Amino acid sequence: MEVVLAIAIGVLTGSGVWLLLRPRTFQLVVGLSLISYAVNLFIFSIGGLAIDKEPILVDGVPRDLVHYTDPVPQALVLTAIVISFAMTALLLVVILASRGMTGTDHVDGTEA
Amino acid sequence: MPHLIVAPILLPMLTAAMMLLLGEGRRPAKLVLGMSSALLGLAVAVTLLAWVQEYGVVAYLPGNWPAPFGIALAVDRLSAEMLVLTWVLGACALSFASVRWHRAGVHFHPLSQLQLMGLSGAFLTADVFNLFVFFEILLAASYGLLLHGSGRSRVRAGVHYVAINLAASSLFLIGASMIYGITGTLNMAELSARLSEGAVANRHLIDAGAAILAVAFLAKAAAWPLNFWLVPAYASATPPVAALFAVLTKVGIYALVRLWTLMFAGGPLAGFGADGLFVFGLVTAVLAALGMIASHRLASQAAWGVVVSAGTLLAALGFGEEAVLGGAVFYLVSSTLASSGFFLLVDLVERWRVGATVVDEAPFLSATLEAQEVNLDDEEEPLVALPFPASTALMALAFVACALLISGLPPLSTFVGKLGMLSAALAVREETGSVPTRAWLFVGGLLGSGLLVLIALTRTGIRTFWSEMQREPPRVRAAEGLPVVALLAACVALTLAAAPTMELARATAQSLYDRRGYTHAVLGARVRMPTPAPEAAR
Repeated sequence: MEVVLAIAIGVLTGSGVWLLLRPRTFQLVVGLSLISYAVNLFIFSIGGLAIDKEPILVDGVPRDLVHYTDPVPQALVLTAIVISFAMTALLLVVILASRGMTGTDHVDGTEA
Repeated sequence: MPHLIVAPILLPMLTAAMMLLLGEGRRPAKLVLGMSSALLGLAVAVTLLAWVQEYGVVAYLPGNWPAPFGIALAVDRLSAEMLVLTWVLGACALSFASVRWHRAGVHFHPLSQLQLMGLSGAFLTADVFNLFVFFEILLAASYGLLLHGSGRSRVRAGVHYVAINLAASSLFLIGASMIYGITGTLNMAELSARLSEGAVANRHLIDAGAAILAVAFLAKAAAWPLNFWLVPAYASATPPVAALFAVLTKVGIYALVRLWTLMFAGGPLAGFGADGLFVFGLVTAVLAALGMIASHRLASQAAWGVVVSAGTLLAALGFGEEAVLGGAVFYLVSSTLASSGFFLLVDLVERWRVGATVVDEAPFLSATLEAQEVNLDDEEEPLVALPFPASTALMALAFVACALLISGLPPLSTFVGKLGMLSAALAVREETGSVPTRAWLFVGGLLGSGLLVLIALTRTGIRTFWSEMQREPPRVRAAEGLPVVALLAACVALTLAAAPTMELARATAQSLYDRRGYTHAVLGARVRMPTPAPEAAR
């Protein structure tokens, strides 16, 4: 599972960085979204990958770290998802304004 | 009384909410609300500064959970000073905007309050992840403020600004989560305590995480080569917004100072990355001074001035001496005040150069639109402000003061800060008794960049004030002139009171290098109210 996750994060980041370096604003948005997915997966993986372990205390399960997964990365990932979602929406507004004002979807506002 | 710590965050948040309830328009009411919030916030910040002077670091637990688990806020000397600085700039920017710039677009007032909220939160938080959250709050507000006034150049600079900051935020998250993965904590005090416990496992991963985090902060602090977005963005922002943005790069510097002194100023990981910060800082300062020579627009020169001071501060942090950092804290405060005042002054000078009726590129603030709200004089010209004969001389004097302050020449306050840094750097001795090479590099870099800045500003000063004589006296309103005068007067006051303020700056650096004070205050903060037992709660 670690390998699959690592490859997924790598592919997402690589594609994101490549798109980020492209000249069109749409590619910029998609690239930043892919990078934020990769970052979210990375944060999620930082607490260690586990199957069938609760992040909160459950009756009948011994109260030690072997039987629970780390809840903090999940809380962090939740916040990061909300923030990156809001920021992508903001970026889209700016990009639409730029498209309307400069008449082109080039990130520099001119085709050069 | 400890509840006062959360006031600089809650006050602007509630003010912004009230402003949104007021709806579109109603600008006078919003202005009154905003100004009273700014002045109240300034009073709170000054109270907090007096308070930490007396008690040292004070921590506050908003969620009433003990420190490593719940959210913690902490105020020490540095954060209190940054708060005072933020709110001074906030009040001055609002006053300047009140004449006409707040009419250039929608929601200027709520956005500026949210910007102040994000800044205050970033200075107060004692937790890496909340630092990220407050960074995003202040960045979201700054995206809105940068686009305030609209127009092609602002939107074009805005796309780059937003994209760069989003990429830097991703790096911030990666760095923070790596550090969490290794140390198991995001609380800065706990982090410092764990890193100073003897041998640290996975030292290289901590270094990598810290380096990734530092790249995010350096991008925000405008270090070379991550600062290409700054000058177009700041130069095209409306002047009051740019004046407020002068403190934005300092948030990056603040975060670097805070985390670097907590993680790497002592203990087993001492000195990590110091050389990098030092070299990048010096290169930034010198290249930014060259950029200032190369630019012809006054607003770009003001923006390069921000980068010069950021580079100087980074080099001082990378120097890694407590006394140098003391001078740097003094320089930080006075150079931020000076840059902010210069942004405002540039607007007055530009308007005077091109004539009072021609308003710049803001499409929603044209003279015809403005005329609907402004009295017309005999020639049907909008009466922006009355000509005042001595104002040319005052403006030129203010320009001279700004030039001296940004280049760090005597007799004004940035010189005192620079002198503090340089004399402390030259007082360092190697084992052989000689002054180390990096101290000479530091002296050369700082003096060289100061000289280049002086050349650039003298040239524009001559061109602006001496070459063309056929001009009317400038029209400046009191609400526009006063913030400039206030910011420059604050620098003069810092110079006059150099002894006590330098003492405060040295004490600030000392408390930064004494990590135990911060750690004890945050981790030792006790839960205030007794939590009710489960039976009693039912």
